[in-house]
Amino acid sequence: MDDLIADFVAECREMLEALGGEIVAWEARPDDRARLDSIFRFVHTVKGNCGFFEFPRLEALSHAAEDALADVRAGRRHPDGALVSAVLAVIDRIGEMVAAIEAGEDMPTGDDNHLIDALAPGAEGTAAPAAAAAEAATRASSAPRTIRLSVELLDRVMSTVSDMVLARNELARRLRESTSDVPVDGAFERLSSIIAEMRDAITRTRMQRIENLFVGLPRMVRDLSAELGKQVLVDIEGGDVELDREMIEMIRDPLTHIIRNAVDHGIEKPAERLKVGKREIGVLAVSARQSGNQILIDIQDDGRGIDGKRLVEKAIASGVVGKDDAAQLSPRDQLALIFEAGLSTAKEVTAISGRGVGMDVVRSNVERIGGIVEVDSKPGEGTRMTLRVPLTLTIIPALTVSIAGQHFAIPRSAIEEIVRANGESVTLEHVGGAGVATIRGRRVPEVSLASVLGLESNVSEQDRTLVVLRPAGGDVYALSVDRIHDHEELVVKPAAPAVMATGLYAGTTLADDGSPILLFDPAGIAAVGGVKLEVQERTARIAEGPASTISKATPVLLFRGLDGGRRALRLAVVDRIEEVPASAVNETAGQLRVQLGESILPLAGASASEIGEGKVRLFRLNDGLHEIGYAFAEVIDFATIEHDVIHSERPGEISGVSLVNNEPAELVDAHWLFANHTAAAAPKKEELVCLIPDWDPWMQNMLRPLVEAAGYRVVDDAENEKADVVIASLGEELPEDASHKTIWLRTEPEAASKKDFSIYRYDRAGLLMALKSAGAGRGK
Amino acid sequence: MNELLLVVTIAGERVALPAAAVESVVELESLIPVPRAAPHVAGLSALRSRVLTVIDCMRSLELGDTDCSDGIREAAVVELDGHHYALIVDLVEDVVEAGSDPAPVRAAMGTGWERVSHGMVETEQGPLLLVDVAALVAGVEAKAAA
Repeated sequence: MDDLIADFVAECREMLEALGGEIVAWEARPDDRARLDSIFRFVHTVKGNCGFFEFPRLEALSHAAEDALADVRAGRRHPDGALVSAVLAVIDRIGEMVAAIEAGEDMPTGDDNHLIDALAPGAEGTAAPAAAAAEAATRASSAPRTIRLSVELLDRVMSTVSDMVLARNELARRLRESTSDVPVDGAFERLSSIIAEMRDAITRTRMQRIENLFVGLPRMVRDLSAELGKQVLVDIEGGDVELDREMIEMIRDPLTHIIRNAVDHGIEKPAERLKVGKREIGVLAVSARQSGNQILIDIQDDGRGIDGKRLVEKAIASGVVGKDDAAQLSPRDQLALIFEAGLSTAKEVTAISGRGVGMDVVRSNVERIGGIVEVDSKPGEGTRMTLRVPLTLTIIPALTVSIAGQHFAIPRSAIEEIVRANGESVTLEHVGGAGVATIRGRRVPEVSLASVLGLESNVSEQDRTLVVLRPAGGDVYALSVDRIHDHEELVVKPAAPAVMATGLYAGTTLADDGSPILLFDPAGIAAVGGVKLEVQERTARIAEGPASTISKATPVLLFRGLDGGRRALRLAVVDRIEEVPASAVNETAGQLRVQLGESILPLAGASASEIGEGKVRLFRLNDGLHEIGYAFAEVIDFATIEHDVIHSERPGEISGVSLVNNEPAELVDAHWLFANHTAAAAPKKEELVCLIPDWDPWMQNMLRPLVEAAGYRVVDDAENEKADVVIASLGEELPEDASHKTIWLRTEPEAASKKDFSIYRYDRAGLLMALKSAGAGRGK
Repeated sequence: MNELLLVVTIAGERVALPAAAVESVVELESLIPVPRAAPHVAGLSALRSRVLTVIDCMRSLELGDTDCSDGIREAAVVELDGHHYALIVDLVEDVVEAGSDPAPVRAAMGTGWERVSHGMVETEQGPLLLVDVAALVAGVEAKAAA
């Protein structure tokens, strides 16, 4: 919140400074519409922000000034000297208050009513703010912890750094050619790394995740809807899109305005919603995504929509369009009228979004950064506003690939996976001349980059690599490229129109060696490559059986273990399949381990004697933190578990048996694998032990993962180990033992009596708390 | 009328570019092709951490291809709508002062030249065709679409 207030103060100060000249000019010529508009926007912005921060006095002042100015703008009132003075007095008072907020002091005392009264038509006398202003000036301003830099300066620094990188590369070439001198090389290496660091830092200064912009929205909407007696659910998506810092600042206000409007005018009151058959809670979806060389921010509500006809009537009434022109407007143009100054379909003026002033400000702000605002609305169904802002100077993590010796970049956000065309579970087929790749049973259209670009590739089709792409809002397809190179973070700049006209590229960028690289637009390639895009993914799965209900089924990988057993492993935990020479598998520190590249993973699914000569194939399993290998003989198929699972009696590598493709298969318990093998890989010094009765299936199946996740090693009665915590059902007989704590669980949500310290067995938070406090007691 | 003109040779023809529009004259070393772009886009090149879109003037004028195989090419760098372009020319000759306002050329020129013509200017080196840089950059297709 403090940050937001600091932003607000900084914004107000900047506006006040800029306004200084405007106010004087307006005083001289009260008829000057442009000056009036900028003063109006200032008080409007202040008003908007005050509602959010709860500065009631500021809000009252700015609202009063806004009302008076709105009358002037609408031509209902003539700006006379008294009004000008009154407005100026209000702006001065706002300035004082902002200074007080900045210094963290209390608001200057005094009554604002006379200032507000002075705004009323025909009011006599003017306020004298001079004394107060002088007092404000003498106040010591608190030391600033941040400085504001102009983006031009940052740009200049950035381009200098880029030049520096190029100069370094040139120097590197020269150094390689000349006889090498170790001290010189060392110094050069250091210079190199400093330059790289600097480039990174300066690039980062400009970038921000759009999350920073979104983070305040739920609160704002909550407050707004509470104030208006509405119920609104905010759904935010795409917070990880990175955007130029300046861009984020520039779209902050427009976005706030649009959301205010959506909540205030778009979404109806609960009773009204129920009447028209909608859920009483309105949904406001805010999403950001990158599309080509633009960032799209959608703000969609399911409210009453915009009445285009009424907009037209209003526009005619206020003289924005002529009657004849109005008749010619398409529905889209009608909606676009919302962006004209002084138009609003709201019947009443409210404190929230006012009188349609927001939207002209929104449009001018967005257009200033080269963006576009679009509106689409269906009466009764809702409104969608789309902000399109350019991606200029946006950093994109990208994968560089090459085709016919030329390098290109693909935005990493669109990449689903990368597979080799001649890999294990990949087949390439041609259907009527079109390429179709089958990747682990999923059929995806294949686009050959060489043919899309019209380049000759000397890499045969089978030796290429397939990059599986999912463009924003599009369908999956596989792009075949000659070679994959590197992951890089690229600063993308828009390409010239003649290049963009191809539809294939999102921009250009410079590689580290200074040569230009083209960045692909995955959706564009799909379009040019003839991939039929659909809104929903409809890649066909190879049919498993006539009645496979995908929604309920769990996808598994069916395989044969080294001992010949038919087993299944949940697909989600399998990262990829590796093949290593048998020599990479060793028994070390009491555990079979496999070396994969530079890492050593615990190996499950095999004993030392089962690892023969030659190659060992293994699944690489990942739980997000640890990786383990699981050796297998062959992959049978992809399948889904549709039948009931018969759970094994004791926890172990196999959690149960089920029918998979009409034959029984053992289900490998990945949880158990990780619990055992990673614990063995990195044993904790002080492991807490929790005793859970082994005869209780609920505890073993439901509770055990939770306890283990809380950092406990779980044992059962049979194991003769000292437990730190014992979990038992209420009513169970347990021998008294002071060496451990006991957590009692009950099956009813309500406690039987006040003395009952038991925890309801589905009270997750309560359980975790109890486990945590038990563990903390032990740690001492 | 003291406008400065850059005299260059394109397809063997001496023409004038408005010197104010030309940022610099460079020698292009590397050229990265842009697959599927309009034919007159010869590719991309980098100049001091800026990406230049390289325009082959000969192709833009429908006068054939510039031979880029021999490596270094001379080019005039211009900025248009925030993008930088390098116009490949045969030779950059000189800067001269315009002696007159551009006047229409009444003789029949080739269609390519006609499209990029701003008129004829008098200089101390004789009359020269003043080339419209934007038209040169836009090339053939943009004109056809307009």
